[in-house]
Amino acid sequence: MPTTTLLWLLPVFPLVAFALIVLFTNRNKALSHTLAVGAAFLSWLGAMVIFVRALQIGPEALAEHPIDSWVNWLPTGDGFLKIGVMLDPLTAAVLFFVAWTILMIFVYSIGYHNFGQPEGDHDKKGLPPHGATIVDEHGHKHVVPSVEPMYSRFFAYIGLFAFGMYLLAVSDNLLTLFVGWEIMGLCSYLLIGFWFAKPSARAAGIKAFMTTRVGDVFMLLGIAYLYKATGTLSFQDIFKPEMLHALANVDSGVLGLSAAGLIGLLLFIGTVGKSAQWPLHVWLPDAMEGPTPVSAMIHAATMVSAGVYMVIRMFPLLKAGSANEAFLSPLVVMAFIGAFTALFAATIAVAQNDIKRVLAYSTISQLGYMIAALGAGSYVAATFHLITHAFFKALLFLGSGSVIHGMEHGVLHTGNHDVDPQDMFNMGGLAKKMPITFWTFLIGGFALSGFPVLTAGFWSKDEILSSAFLGGHPVVFWTLAVAAFLTAFYTMRQITLTFLGEPRTKEAEHAQETPWTMTVPLMVLAFFAVTAGWVGIPETFPGLGGLLPNWFHHWVGATYETLLEEAHLVGEMAEGHSLVPLMTSLTVSLGGLFLGWLTYKDVKSPDPATDPLKRWLGPVHTVLQNKYYFDELYQVIFIRPAAWFAEVFTFRWVDRGAIDGTIHAIARAVFDAGKALAYGFDLPVISGAGDLIGNTVRSFGRAFRVVQTGRVQDYMVAAMTSVVAFGALVYYLLVFAH
Amino acid sequence: MISLDWYLIVAAALFVIGLFGVLSRKNAVAILMGVELMLNAVNINLLAFWRYRAPTEPVGMAFAIIVFAVAAAEVAVGLALFIAVYRRFNSVVADDINLMKW
Repeated sequence: MPTTTLLWLLPVFPLVAFALIVLFTNRNKALSHTLAVGAAFLSWLGAMVIFVRALQIGPEALAEHPIDSWVNWLPTGDGFLKIGVMLDPLTAAVLFFVAWTILMIFVYSIGYHNFGQPEGDHDKKGLPPHGATIVDEHGHKHVVPSVEPMYSRFFAYIGLFAFGMYLLAVSDNLLTLFVGWEIMGLCSYLLIGFWFAKPSARAAGIKAFMTTRVGDVFMLLGIAYLYKATGTLSFQDIFKPEMLHALANVDSGVLGLSAAGLIGLLLFIGTVGKSAQWPLHVWLPDAMEGPTPVSAMIHAATMVSAGVYMVIRMFPLLKAGSANEAFLSPLVVMAFIGAFTALFAATIAVAQNDIKRVLAYSTISQLGYMIAALGAGSYVAATFHLITHAFFKALLFLGSGSVIHGMEHGVLHTGNHDVDPQDMFNMGGLAKKMPITFWTFLIGGFALSGFPVLTAGFWSKDEILSSAFLGGHPVVFWTLAVAAFLTAFYTMRQITLTFLGEPRTKEAEHAQETPWTMTVPLMVLAFFAVTAGWVGIPETFPGLGGLLPNWFHHWVGATYETLLEEAHLVGEMAEGHSLVPLMTSLTVSLGGLFLGWLTYKDVKSPDPATDPLKRWLGPVHTVLQNKYYFDELYQVIFIRPAAWFAEVFTFRWVDRGAIDGTIHAIARAVFDAGKALAYGFDLPVISGAGDLIGNTVRSFGRAFRVVQTGRVQDYMVAAMTSVVAFGALVYYLLVFAH
Repeated sequence: MISLDWYLIVAAALFVIGLFGVLSRKNAVAILMGVELMLNAVNINLLAFWRYRAPTEPVGMAFAIIVFAVAAAEVAVGLALFIAVYRRFNSVVADDINLMKW
């Protein structure tokens, strides 16, 4: 099968699964998940075949001549907007991790939604399942987890989600990418608000959609400007030296930015929304309302990665746009926002008690790393971290879902529904109860913290820190270093509170390991979390450097190497290798891990007020726990005015008042006119005329009928009188008139 | 011979008296009597004009006899009518028979 056909097919399989589930198999849970997982498997298979073929072609050849295929879609005046697919080294690397993570999440979802368990006692569609009571052979009642009522719907939605992500990954122009982008935006709304009967979930879904929409509007402006300036949206056409130079030399008229700069900045704002960078980060923690596979999907494997992928893909344009060193040139903005977000989110994460929320802020922070790497000029480092992060973050999220499932087992056992199964302070000692989850989570956590050599996160984080240091961005470097320390700290805090020590509540004591459909994906992802870093060992690494070639750098770097050279956009990287980044990275990672373990190993009480950090930081801790009150700030600045505008101005004043008022006034006027005509003209004049004629005739009749007395003698009198009169007349006429 | 005029005057007087009787008498039979008078007056008139203008023609006499016969027949019919009316209304007062009043 030709590679282009495979590329076209990758998004099609999950889309077909979505359509079939929605139309036909909604009632049959087994069939639905088979369709969905089957589609994910087929797409995975196609992605692996494509990856192998790409390896065979080789990065330079593939970068020079990407495999491309497009069709005309929307006619526009004298041209067409196109849909197309492309394969170049960057695409191949992205497809690799997207395929694996999506497949693992799909398989995990089967177990997460308790397939095979009985239906709940009082489960309703729209609420999380609550447990089913079963009676065993001794007559004892047990409450066990129940199957999700909207099981098939979930697989339909994540199928659509996979379609969006695959479409974005294989696309060859900005328009197709944007289509995939928006489809994922829709699916994030559908999936975050999956348990729609919970008001918090509904609100979170709307929040996610609206916040990313803000970013999307600016991105669309960027796309429109790009199309107007160049007449094309295809990557192949845009990424030519002449085109980049042309865009870089045209002044856009805004803030001294060139056209390339403004386009790059606008596109980056789309990423700020989609990848939850400050200030549009507020949706991601609330998105934890969705089921955990959704959190894994959105926040690790696919959606937020899409944001970073887009700016990686557009890197030459961003670099060209930053050439004239205007005030808000894209790379400077990205470096600032990325580093700031990394530190900002890490500080919030240390004060969160919900296991998923820590991971949410961790994601925001790690995405900040990737953006900062791009801002520092190294798209290869950003891609590396994107891929390793996808693996270990998906692993961590799925692991947290496994933990929550185990805790829910305990909650169902004790029947105490006031205990939050997601609160880390209620956990403890789960390492013994859920060993597979523990070890895989540990590997993921260490990868996140950048534990040296053995985990993938170390290699990718080290590359980012090196490129920041050697590229001459000291502020970025030190900010990221502090963030790395905090990352290690809160990760070890999380692991210690959740798994180590003794169980702090009865529910934690009764936790159980989860079924194979959930633990096998964890193990697969753990494998990648360990090994994925070894494809990118830098040559200058002391000891290990040079043993294995830096395949990753060679592979992904080839994507834009020639283009950047020919367009004279290569940044100056300091020569020589300093040990400062490496030493810093080792120190913060190991130090943070150790300090986190030390601080939290003795926490015995499930009361979150006993958090040692609270004692150290005092009121600062409250600020961190409340996320610097940004949600409240946005509520006052944006939400309340918008809600007021919608409710009072638009609904009450304009719609009901002005528009309905006008309509009612017209109706009243017409009604009154009608009544006036009826009573003022129709009744008196027209009916009156008719009545008048009738009445006149009757009165004449009444007047004249007195002649008819019925008496013969009266008639005789009349007759005689007439005879006399006529006689006189005739006599007169005949005798005298002649 | 006395002049024709006197016969005409007598006939006219009789006619007018008969007319007056028709118009003013209450009893239906009296009205019939008035009609008879009128008819006789007309007869006198007729015969006077015959005798004084064309005495040799038999047409005058024939006409008068026809008038008599018609008068007699008419009275018979009238009386029959009055009997029928009397059977119906129990009265021959002309004023009471006013069914054709509006």
